[in-house]
Amino acid sequence: MTSRSRIALGLGVFFLLGAYPVWNGLASSADPERPELARAVDSAGATGCIEDTTWMKANHQKLLNEWRTSVVRDGQRTWVSSTGTSWDMSLTGTCLKCHANTETFCTRCHDYADVQPTCWNCHVVPEGGQSEGGQSHE
Amino acid sequence: MNVLISLLLVAGLFAVGMFGPGVTPAWVFAVALPYAAVTLFVVGLAIRVMGWAGVPVPFRIPTTCGQQKSLPWIRQQRLENPSRKIHVLGRMALEILFFRSLARNTRTELRKDRGLVYGTDLSLWAGAMAMHWALAVVLLRHLRLFTEPVPAFVTFTEKLDGFLEIGLPVINVSSVVFLCALLYLLYRRLAHAHVRYISLPEDYFALFLLLGIAGSGIWMRHLSHTDIAGVKELAISLVHFSPTVPVGIEPLFYGHLFLVCVLLVYFPLGKLAHAPGVFLSPTRNMANNNRAVRYVNPWDYPVKVHTYEEYEDEFREKMIAAGLPVDEE
Repeated sequence: MTSRSRIALGLGVFFLLGAYPVWNGLASSADPERPELARAVDSAGATGCIEDTTWMKANHQKLLNEWRTSVVRDGQRTWVSSTGTSWDMSLTGTCLKCHANTETFCTRCHDYADVQPTCWNCHVVPEGGQSEGGQSHE
Repeated sequence: MNVLISLLLVAGLFAVGMFGPGVTPAWVFAVALPYAAVTLFVVGLAIRVMGWAGVPVPFRIPTTCGQQKSLPWIRQQRLENPSRKIHVLGRMALEILFFRSLARNTRTELRKDRGLVYGTDLSLWAGAMAMHWALAVVLLRHLRLFTEPVPAFVTFTEKLDGFLEIGLPVINVSSVVFLCALLYLLYRRLAHAHVRYISLPEDYFALFLLLGIAGSGIWMRHLSHTDIAGVKELAISLVHFSPTVPVGIEPLFYGHLFLVCVLLVYFPLGKLAHAPGVFLSPTRNMANNNRAVRYVNPWDYPVKVHTYEEYEDEFREKMIAAGLPVDEE
C-alpha cells in the first residue's frame, strides 16, 4: 500500500465519519419531520394562549423560569402579558389547563429537540399526560 | 489594518447571511448555500490533501529531540526519537490530540539583572487546547439537530456539558470555554508586538469567523431565542436530502448558518487546512531509522551508468595503441 492510497483511505474515513447524520438518517425509521403538537383544549373558556404562538415557541422556557423565580422566591403570582391581560403564574393552573396532555404537547417536541426540562422534578404530571421521564427514579 | 479588514469582512458576511434571506427566495440561504458549501468543502479538502499526498518525500526527515535508539543499555526516548511504527503512532497521537509541539513554546526576555532569560510559555498551548477541544464538544452537541432519534452519546455530551445547570437554557461549559479561548487567541495576536508583526489578515479572519459563529450561536441560545424545532426540521431535512424550509426562523440563525457555510468553503483553502495537514507532517510521522532501514527516495529514477569496465571494453584497442594502462589485456 503506497502512502498515497493510505492518505486517500484516511480522507475517506474522515468523510464517512463526517457524513454520520446522513447514514444515520438512512438507517433510522423515525419520522424526521417536526412532531405535530396537540391543540390546546380550552376547558374553562379561556381565549387563546397568554402570548402569541411564535413568541411562545421560542421563549416559553424563559417565561416559565421567570414565573418560577417570581412565585417561589418573591411570592408574586400575577403576570401581565404584552396585551395587558393578567394571568396567574402557574404551570398547573394556567398552562396545563389548556395544554392538558403533556405527552402530546410538551414531551414530543422536547424529545425532538433533545431537551430535558426539569419541570417534572417538582411538578406532578396531571392525569392524562405522561411523565417526561426523569421522574421514575425519584 | 489587517485586523480591521478581517473584522469588516466577517461583519459584512454576517450581514449578508442576516439580511440576504429577506430579499431572496427562502431556498437560497437555507438549502442551496449549505449544500454548495458542503460540496466545496469535500471537493476542496480532497484536492488539497491529495495534492499533498502526491508530493514525494525525498528524505526521511523526522525531527529528533531525544536519545536515539542505540546500545541496549542506553535508554531510548521513544516519543522524541521514534525508531518503530508504534513509537511514531504514539508521537502522532500526542501531537494530534494534545498539540505536544506547542508545549515546547518558549519565551525570551531581556532582564536587567540576569541578561537574556528563557522560559517555558504554555499559554498558547493552553489556549489552543481549550479552543480545539471545546469546538469538538460543540460540534458533537450540534448532532442533536441532525439526528432523529438523538443518539444517547449526544444527549450524554449535552448533559455533561451543561452540568452547571446555570440559566435556562443551561449555559454549556464548552460554549464559555470556546469563546474565552478564541478571545485569548485574538488577544495574543493583538497584544504581543512580535506576534502582531507576523499576523496576516487571514489569521484574524479565521479567528473573527469562529468568533462570529460562536457569538451568534450563543446569542441565539441564551439571548434571542429561536424556534429550535424549526431549526432541527431544516437541518434534518437537509441531511435526508428532502429539504423543507420552515417559516419563522429568526434572521440571526441564517447569519449563523451563512458564516458556517463560509467556514466550510474557506476551510480547505487557507490555514485551517492544518487539520489534515498535521497528519501529513513528515518531520513527525516518520521513524528515525535511517541506519536500520533503507529509505528509497521516490524521486530516484534509474540512472544510466557507464562503468569503467564498460568504458575499457569500448576503448581497449585505442587505449593500448596510445600506450595507456588497461586492467584487462
